[in-house]
Amino acid sequence: MKILVCISHVPDTTSKINFTENNTKFDSNGVQFIINPNDEFGLTRAMWFKEKQGASVDVINVGLQDTEPTLRKALAIGADAAIRVNSTPTDSWNVAREIAKVATENNYDLIICGRESIDYNGGMVPGIIAALNNYNFITNCIALDIEGNTVNASREIDGGRENLKTTLPLVVGSQKGIVEESDLRIPNMRGIMMARKKPLNVIEPSFSEITAQVINFEKPAPKGDVKLVDAENIDELINLLHSEAKVI
Amino acid sequence: MSILIYTENENGNLKKSAFELASYGKALADNANTALNAITINSNNESDLAAYGVEKTFKLVNNAFDEFNANKYAHAIAEAAKKCNANIIILSSSANSKYLAPLLAVKMEAAYASNVVELPSEIEPLKVKRSAFSNKAFSIQELSSPTKIISLAKNAYGIHENKSSNTILDFEIADLSDKIVVTSVDKSSDKVSIADAEIVISGGRGLKGPENWNLIEDLADVLGAATACSKPVSDLGWRPHSEHVGQTGKPVASNLYIAIGISGAIQHLAGVNSSKVKVVINTDPEAPFFKAADYGIVGDAFEVVPELIEKLKVFKTENA
Repeated sequence: MKILVCISHVPDTTSKINFTENNTKFDSNGVQFIINPNDEFGLTRAMWFKEKQGASVDVINVGLQDTEPTLRKALAIGADAAIRVNSTPTDSWNVAREIAKVATENNYDLIICGRESIDYNGGMVPGIIAALNNYNFITNCIALDIEGNTVNASREIDGGRENLKTTLPLVVGSQKGIVEESDLRIPNMRGIMMARKKPLNVIEPSFSEITAQVINFEKPAPKGDVKLVDAENIDELINLLHSEAKVI
Repeated sequence: MSILIYTENENGNLKKSAFELASYGKALADNANTALNAITINSNNESDLAAYGVEKTFKLVNNAFDEFNANKYAHAIAEAAKKCNANIIILSSSANSKYLAPLLAVKMEAAYASNVVELPSEIEPLKVKRSAFSNKAFSIQELSSPTKIISLAKNAYGIHENKSSNTILDFEIADLSDKIVVTSVDKSSDKVSIADAEIVISGGRGLKGPENWNLIEDLADVLGAATACSKPVSDLGWRPHSEHVGQTGKPVASNLYIAIGISGAIQHLAGVNSSKVKVVINTDPEAPFFKAADYGIVGDAFEVVPELIEKLKVFKTENA
């Protein structure tokens, strides 16, 4: 089984979000970048396929050279090879098109992407890849088992879970549940050393049309201070929720 | 040119989000000087959409659509969009709609913007504001493809009445085969889901153990709310993962979110920040949640919550 895991290079959750150039660009100054958490759950599941079922695992990112440390981290976790499509990921359609092209050329059986990135929260890339390549598609995936060509998976739905059966080739939108937080791997020294020698192929982009152009960013208006209610005065809280906030 | 909304139902009854989409779609249609159409799939009460500005409803009734299938549903919406020559398609932010949206985008060769939080400020090109960076910022985008798809963030617009004719047309399409088959669904039918709930009551490690969850459940019962929990609580196995809200769990965009014994780690806040009103109950006045909340009580959940439940019961009987 040939697996491709899509890796988004995103600001760490605790980062302060700021913008530069008249609020048109994300300010990466002092920001720590990580593997998108939803991707990391999927990458870990891919590692199990590699170790228990002999799958090969490549990782891919659409981004400029600054994303390479994030790809190296994925290699240190255990991926076999990395691909970087040398393009600024400004438009999800483009990112998906680039990955779909690589997937077609290399005949991957399984493509795993996080259900969405924690920076742009678009949630588009996995579904677009699947539809472009006519692969089956399951997102919000919380369980995935593959034997031969047969796939058993579960998807988180509003208020529960749905169990599904399908076949390869498949695109999965992964999230917590496909593996648990405690299953995630921190690269060890041996992994980090080996990652330096693994191939990281840079390919040039094939698509440039942008259909969803970011014009600028805005930050939410600063929130007012919390209204503290005395623990002895629960009636006041009920009154505030009823008369002021109008939510009960 | 026209606008099409895909209105979802639960057991045949249109969801609240359907009326919110209609309200939003009507306002957008007025701004764009065009008409609002809807597609329903196996629903019973599509005539109710007349109260919110829908002019035409494509009513699809077909057993092949009894179970949700993203590809089949996207196909149905695409066919309806062609029928009414829709250039803007509006979806909700439910798990199912977000699942089918990119598939629909490919079928329609459409630009797609998710988590849209308000009416577009311009129509051509369509300029939308969407939440990004886990609700820490907004991105303003221009969609330039001939057909555009937007998902409206939950609870972002509200429901506004606007009477219309709403002609209901029977809509038939050929069944489409798909290789994804639902084998079973585990869903608690007696409980309101976090995604659909107006009020969410959430508990954290401050509750000390799963045996104390009756506090959360009793409070949820009084308010007709869904129950949720913080990540440590689901990691410890006190509550199922399906209740975990936050960045790696479920997003919450309810009208009221009450956090009990939750300190408010940044990952948690990222997932619940789009709730309109947030209340925190915590013994530690330094807990970060107090900075994100609208109302707070510094106090012991084991004393505050039982009293809150009793007083709310009285309030509910008086205001029933």
